[in-house]
Amino acid sequence: MNLFDYKRPSSIADAVAAGAEPGAAYLAGGTNLLDLMKVGARKPDVLVDISRLPGLGEIETLQDGSVRIGALVRNSDLARDAGFAKAYPAVAEALLSGASAQLRNAATVGGNLMQQTRCLYFYDQQSRCNRRQPGAGCDAIGGETGKHAVLGWTKQCIATHPSDFCVALAALDASVELQGPDGARSVSLEEFYTLPTEDTPGGADVRPGELVTALTLPADAAHFAGHARYIKLRDRTSYAFAIVSAAAMADISDGVVQDIRIAMGGVAARPWRARAAEAALKSKAPTPELISAAAEAALADASPSGDNAYKIELAKRLVHRAIEQALAGTPQTIPALPGSVFAAQAAGR
Amino acid sequence: MADTPIAPAGHVRLGSNSGQSMTRREGVAKVTGKANYAADNKPEGLLHAVYLESGIARGKVISLNTEAALAHPGVVHVMTPENAPSLAVSPDEKPVPFSARMEVLQDNRVRYAGQPIALVLAETLEAATEGARLLAPEYEAEPARIGFENGEAYDPEFVTTGTPPARQVGDIDAERKKAAHTVEVTVDTPLQYHNAMEPHVIIAQWDGDKLTIDMPNQAIGLARAGIATYLGIDPENVTLRSPYLGGGFGSKAVVFGPQYLAMLAAREVGRPVKLVLRRDQMFGPVQHRSATRQTVRIDLDKDGRILALDHHSLSTTSSFDDWLESAANASLSIYASPAIKVSHTGLRVDTGTPGAVRAPGLASGTAALEVAVDAAAYRMKQDPLDFRLLNYAETDPGTGKPFSAKALRECYAEGAARFGWKGRPLEPGQMRDADGYLTGWGVGTALFHAPFFPAKASAVIRSDGSVGAQTSGADMGQGAWTALAQMAADGLGMPADEIEFEIGHSGLPDGSVAGGSAHTASAGSALFAAGSDAVRQVAEIAMNDPESPLYGAGNEGVRASGGRLHRVDDPARGETYAEILTRAGIAEVEGQGRGRREKSAAEQYAMYSHGAVFAEVKIDPDLYQVRVSRLVGAFAAGRIINPRLAKSQLNGGMIWGLSFALHEEGIHDLRSGRPINNDLAGYHVPVLADVPSVESILVEEHDPHANALGIKGVGEIGITGTVGAIANAVWHATGVRPQRYPIHIKDLLEGELARQRG
Repeated sequence: MNLFDYKRPSSIADAVAAGAEPGAAYLAGGTNLLDLMKVGARKPDVLVDISRLPGLGEIETLQDGSVRIGALVRNSDLARDAGFAKAYPAVAEALLSGASAQLRNAATVGGNLMQQTRCLYFYDQQSRCNRRQPGAGCDAIGGETGKHAVLGWTKQCIATHPSDFCVALAALDASVELQGPDGARSVSLEEFYTLPTEDTPGGADVRPGELVTALTLPADAAHFAGHARYIKLRDRTSYAFAIVSAAAMADISDGVVQDIRIAMGGVAARPWRARAAEAALKSKAPTPELISAAAEAALADASPSGDNAYKIELAKRLVHRAIEQALAGTPQTIPALPGSVFAAQAAGR
Repeated sequence: MADTPIAPAGHVRLGSNSGQSMTRREGVAKVTGKANYAADNKPEGLLHAVYLESGIARGKVISLNTEAALAHPGVVHVMTPENAPSLAVSPDEKPVPFSARMEVLQDNRVRYAGQPIALVLAETLEAATEGARLLAPEYEAEPARIGFENGEAYDPEFVTTGTPPARQVGDIDAERKKAAHTVEVTVDTPLQYHNAMEPHVIIAQWDGDKLTIDMPNQAIGLARAGIATYLGIDPENVTLRSPYLGGGFGSKAVVFGPQYLAMLAAREVGRPVKLVLRRDQMFGPVQHRSATRQTVRIDLDKDGRILALDHHSLSTTSSFDDWLESAANASLSIYASPAIKVSHTGLRVDTGTPGAVRAPGLASGTAALEVAVDAAAYRMKQDPLDFRLLNYAETDPGTGKPFSAKALRECYAEGAARFGWKGRPLEPGQMRDADGYLTGWGVGTALFHAPFFPAKASAVIRSDGSVGAQTSGADMGQGAWTALAQMAADGLGMPADEIEFEIGHSGLPDGSVAGGSAHTASAGSALFAAGSDAVRQVAEIAMNDPESPLYGAGNEGVRASGGRLHRVDDPARGETYAEILTRAGIAEVEGQGRGRREKSAAEQYAMYSHGAVFAEVKIDPDLYQVRVSRLVGAFAAGRIINPRLAKSQLNGGMIWGLSFALHEEGIHDLRSGRPINNDLAGYHVPVLADVPSVESILVEEHDPHANALGIKGVGEIGITGTVGAIANAVWHATGVRPQRYPIHIKDLLEGELARQRG
């Protein structure tokens, strides 16, 4: 680890001023940044510790019915907030399916947005990586690619975004609030992550000095509470990133899907909204055929970036399952194995 | 040293402590942080060492920026091949058992990724870490050879450390001609890294030519001999302290290059040096389990009896040493067959040298054999358990010798009853649970060697009534502090919690290796004998003392219990050790003990622990995530000293088996040769949620030949059998016969798609 300075500003304005200095990095829970520093993937000159900044630790319902989550709210605190979990059960389930209890206790929601891909070649400092060093090349291509992207990738980068939380957020049209040297702005969470192009590797769209201050869920996000699920496939039951994951949330009345949201994780450099799948079901009375068509539509543009064609078929099946489970209704309590396909087993049924 | 009798002496009885499920003697110290692990030591003037590891898998280091490292604040010294001191003996020599060829900066060659190529000493760990990074090595790289397709195959002279690479029993060609059915499977197993919770650690400090080392180690006597030889000093000048290990699994039986670098550096700079391997550094110079590609062919008669068993294993090793996994030899000892052929091929790849990992040979070997046996049972349309009973080996198939004891039939029966095996459908894909998950049941036979290592111990009885016992043996977490103390206490005729007990120090009598599942039998026998010897001496004093109530009682006429000797014919007549020694004016008596196996027994009998493991898996019918919902293992391993700890070992072994079957895999990039999942986020082992139910049954077994006390081992057997049981359960649930470990969602989904394509 390189030598670095450590600053602990006491206001957001001071933090942004410090964060705008060259080589500065914001430190909150540190669950990803410190690992990156240990392997040398990041070498900040200054760590700007924002973990004690005032005013960023609240979960507020605003007058228009939207919910604002301060960037420093801990993942476990948000997931265990009874009011939040009741209104946004799939978000809570996604949060609790991520990482380990220890990590969730330390990690913040703002940090969750800012975490880096877990592409093994991003972490292996001797591999070429366009994300770490633009123009260097990508050693993931042609390497161990079983868990890499099947949507939205280019030869610049085939990495996936690792978050579970963000998949549920993207389904709900969440937006990200940022404070920077030039003032505040808000951007949709989906757009916050730029996909790789033919020339650029993509990543989080953060301008120099910008600090994530909050997440916002719009008022209509609460319409899905009765039919909301998140499912995560992985080779071990906990403390593993998704091979593929899916969030499905529906607003149903009179047997008709008034609105539906579907997003996938582990498939692309951003949480992937499957709008074509949504369109296949919206304003319709769901049938098995329609669900299958929706799942097909979700992956219509997919292509393997390596030894991962299986993920396309798996993602289709998972989207299918997530829709089925969402239509069946949100469970009364978050399962003991959140997000697991074995949720029912753990409940002791 | 008195050559004490091997058989239990008449005056002490095994059993008042042994056989009890005592809790860990050191448990409170461990949970309160008072147990001193090697890395907890902070001698005055300590320097921190960090080694830089190679980023290429083959070639040469052509430059290192030592100036930049030395210029970093806090960096004190940088060792490279240009200035590194030499060992007294070439690092290519193997002066003692468990030696391995190693890198101690003897030249600039690189033989695998992760090899140490420089060592930085600094006042702080952070400075040493950054100093190592600043070395910014440049290489002359050659293409890495890694993976089954890219290595160089060769015919080995031996496997492991001297076992013949091929064996044949009977006439395999003749038996094949009689066969009615043939089954052949090929199974791959991956590289697996030990990854004990506690990484390798050393703190080395010199005083003249005396060296003191804090280092977790499983084989203190051998380590000391090796260190003395490599460093050119008298073994008496080496003090090795290893009271606690945070797991060993074989990789702490050997002292590797990095530890020698720390010892050399400490001597060079004249200050204590501490080196703690980072987790990623555990994927290079400290051994691993070879990858294997195994083919098992079984020829059967019309009734399903095995006529010929042919097991071949291709296993990886390094380019510069010769350890090969003896996987195929699993087929020599489990199932009866008139003809057996086992053979091994080596494959040289650019990794560090593999070595013994918990249940070496048999973990990998049974992982393939049990799948083949299951396939054979299905070919015969026989229940897999019935098939195994039909082919039950009454004598050791490889040698023809009788077993010293074999309660495997009872293991099958008790395990099957507990699991509820009866009524298992023969065909795969037949069982669904109430939630719709595919359900499968599988069985595997477990087996592990029961070796015995000569060991020594001493014991003392003092005139104040206090007693103690000592041996250098090692507690890797398996519970030696407790189980060995129980045996020592039985020798001494005292309750276990009233004896002073010491292990884990080179100044103590050589307790031999904590390995091979032999430590309790070996060191425990020595401790029991030492305690018995001390009691014998006290008894002789009393029986020759006219003032003693034991006067004239004769050798067989007294018995020890609770720190007291009494007459067998009248337990009321007796006195305490303290009374006897005080009256005689003797401050203390010291007993010596050895643990040995009778040579004739070793020649006459085949000695193993046996077991049967039953697995139930639940599998999502569309998404193929696998959950091992139940594991039941029944094991027969002779006399059990501490059932609680034994079950803990067996349960832990079965969980490792689950890990082997579904999780563990060291992934190296095939182009660079570098390990790329070298942390515990990437290198998966099961989490608690993966192990909802694991249960072990201790099956009673009396082994009159393994050693005088009838003890065999439980440390490794739990892995064997379990891997295959899970693979077989996966097949039973899905109809997809796993061809590689770990079994992943990808394999099962692709298996389904392949079957659809026909």
